[in-house]
Amino acid sequence: MIGADILLECLKREGVQVMFGYPGGSVLPIFDKLYDSDIRFILTRHEQGAAHAADGYARATAKVGVCLATSGPGATNLTTGIANAYMDSIPIVAITGQVKTFLIGNDAFQEADITGVTRPITKHNYLVKQTKDLARVIREAFYIASSGRPGPVLIDIPVDVQQQDVEFIWPEEVDIRGYKPTLFGHPGQIKKAARLIAQSKKPLIYAGGGVITSGADQVLREFAEKIQAPVTMTLMGLGSFPGTHELSLGMLGMHGTAYANHAIMESDLIIAVGARFDDRVTGRLDAFAPYAKIIHIDIDPASISKNVKVDVPIVGDAKNILGELLEEIKKLADTTSWLKTIDAWKKKYPLKYNADGKIKPQYVIEQIYEATKGDAIITTEVGQNQMWACQWYKYTHPRSYISSGGLGTMGFGFPAAMGAKVGCPDRIVFDIAGDGSIQMNIQELATCVCNKINVKVAILNNGYLGMVRQWQELFYKKRYSYTTLYNPDFVKLAQSYGAVGIRVTKKEEVRPAIEKALAIDNTVFIDFHIEPEENVYPMVPAGEAINRMIGGMA
Amino acid sequence: MRHTISVLVENKFGVLARIAGLFSARGYNIASLAVSETLEPAISYMTIIVEAKDEYVLEQIKKQLNKLIDVITVIDFTKKEHVDRELILVKVKYSAKDKVKLESILNKYLAKIIQHKADTAIIEVVGEQLQIKQLLEALGQFGIKELVRTGRVAMAY
Repeated sequence: MIGADILLECLKREGVQVMFGYPGGSVLPIFDKLYDSDIRFILTRHEQGAAHAADGYARATAKVGVCLATSGPGATNLTTGIANAYMDSIPIVAITGQVKTFLIGNDAFQEADITGVTRPITKHNYLVKQTKDLARVIREAFYIASSGRPGPVLIDIPVDVQQQDVEFIWPEEVDIRGYKPTLFGHPGQIKKAARLIAQSKKPLIYAGGGVITSGADQVLREFAEKIQAPVTMTLMGLGSFPGTHELSLGMLGMHGTAYANHAIMESDLIIAVGARFDDRVTGRLDAFAPYAKIIHIDIDPASISKNVKVDVPIVGDAKNILGELLEEIKKLADTTSWLKTIDAWKKKYPLKYNADGKIKPQYVIEQIYEATKGDAIITTEVGQNQMWACQWYKYTHPRSYISSGGLGTMGFGFPAAMGAKVGCPDRIVFDIAGDGSIQMNIQELATCVCNKINVKVAILNNGYLGMVRQWQELFYKKRYSYTTLYNPDFVKLAQSYGAVGIRVTKKEEVRPAIEKALAIDNTVFIDFHIEPEENVYPMVPAGEAINRMIGGMA
Repeated sequence: MRHTISVLVENKFGVLARIAGLFSARGYNIASLAVSETLEPAISYMTIIVEAKDEYVLEQIKKQLNKLIDVITVIDFTKKEHVDRELILVKVKYSAKDKVKLESILNKYLAKIIQHKADTAIIEVVGEQLQIKQLLEALGQFGIKELVRTGRVAMAY
């Protein structure tokens, strides 16, 4: 079997049904074999789109996403998507072509040292120098990408390695002596945690993306209900606990709810599950959670005590550990008065906006929420659109909110929506976008139309790079330096690609436009001309304690 | 503060770059680094002297190293009984009249001249950090022209 055949055979054995990518000189042998393969290949219009689509596919389906690009520029175009998956711990395998082995290091045409470039943004990467290693490397790559704390793995395959003919041997087992993720919590630590929980009168669960990765949402719900603790979620954790549940406090942090942030500051015990105390969550570190002891459950030992000192660390898989904790907890303190305090905060500081006659972005999202009955997969771009999507859509299931958390990649939402729709064709997939972000990967309109990937895009068009403008308004004396956008006609633009465009300039047109978009069997851009200078509130200025929220109506 | 860490890694191309890249990307400092094969050729042994301002940073360094797929084991010698040694070569100015004085210093620190020509001598010593430091101070009077150090290697009891 030649290397290209081995690659496709291994991908099939790993359960790969779909790949996103772009051809080029150094992957021609692979593409020649793809021509006859039953793996579905989706030709994107830019390699970045392929990487984000693989990422969106992985987030929506819990499978490993796969993207493929040629050497040099093809490979470097993947890097933003790889870095994005790395920051959010998303399992993708990126396959790149490389110049022939004897040309490596010669500055050959379309040569880039992509294993060198991606070393700090992959969980692991490989340059395969011999075809006989290919099957083992692919097997290891899928195992590494999807186990432990997941992440992207890149496999760089020179052309001659794709062409060489060797005997195909499928490695039944993977054994990597330097890689053994810890899955079960230490029993002593679990006992310690259970004791703290039993004594806590003001417990608070802080749930992150790890809950979704480990499939721990059901057990998290049981756990929260049993110990009667409110649950706040990170951006990555939205959907890990139903946003409609009475114990839900929504998102915490810089643009979190006031009641979630107050709860952090008053709590006597924070139970962090699969979250990493990111600076957008903690605000000023020395003022974070002053009265709380902290239990931190995480599969990555390096996440523990990295930013915040933890009292009881438990390394392992969230689902296992929460299950073990449930068994261990017997008697509990009464949290009624704490829940009452929180209820009072919810009443006093609800999320709100000035619902006047103009098109408010919050209103648009509320309407999308109602029209889709809270059941859509929502992807977002980055900036105000993303924060409003966190605040105003209530996610009841894991893997229904897909957003670039750690890296904050503008241009992520549209190709990610594409990947999510390919993975979940029966779900409604809505990208909540800004007029800035959508233009960063707008070429994928062609991919959507050609492959009948019918995603809906709500462009919250304010003619600004809204989040940067908001910071300029609040912290730079309204000096709007290069944040005003001159935009194309998004309706005509969508039409020119063969998609459908709808423009909305009046509030009463909002809901009918959404209903219409949902009824159309095609990709639809809805261009909502929203109130241009609407801000995201509440907001904690960078470097402040997280209960020092400013602004607006909150 | 300086800490001695040893790291057993897969002996593959690119592994040193992964270790070095991890230190630079996360802002940790390497004071010295010694790498070589072990009895098992598939495994390399690195002794790394790291600068860490407190034990949290040291803890992070160890955890981050452990996360690398090619890292098999990380050993921190900070609280472990161990020996460490470094080999240094020093080139000093040398004239016949200094011979007695120089030799008494070399004897004291278990150093030796491994080559000398006209007006220079190359001195070799293998030893602990304190011993090396004192030797270098003592040799200062002759005028040190060049100094090369291997970096420390360490072994636990």
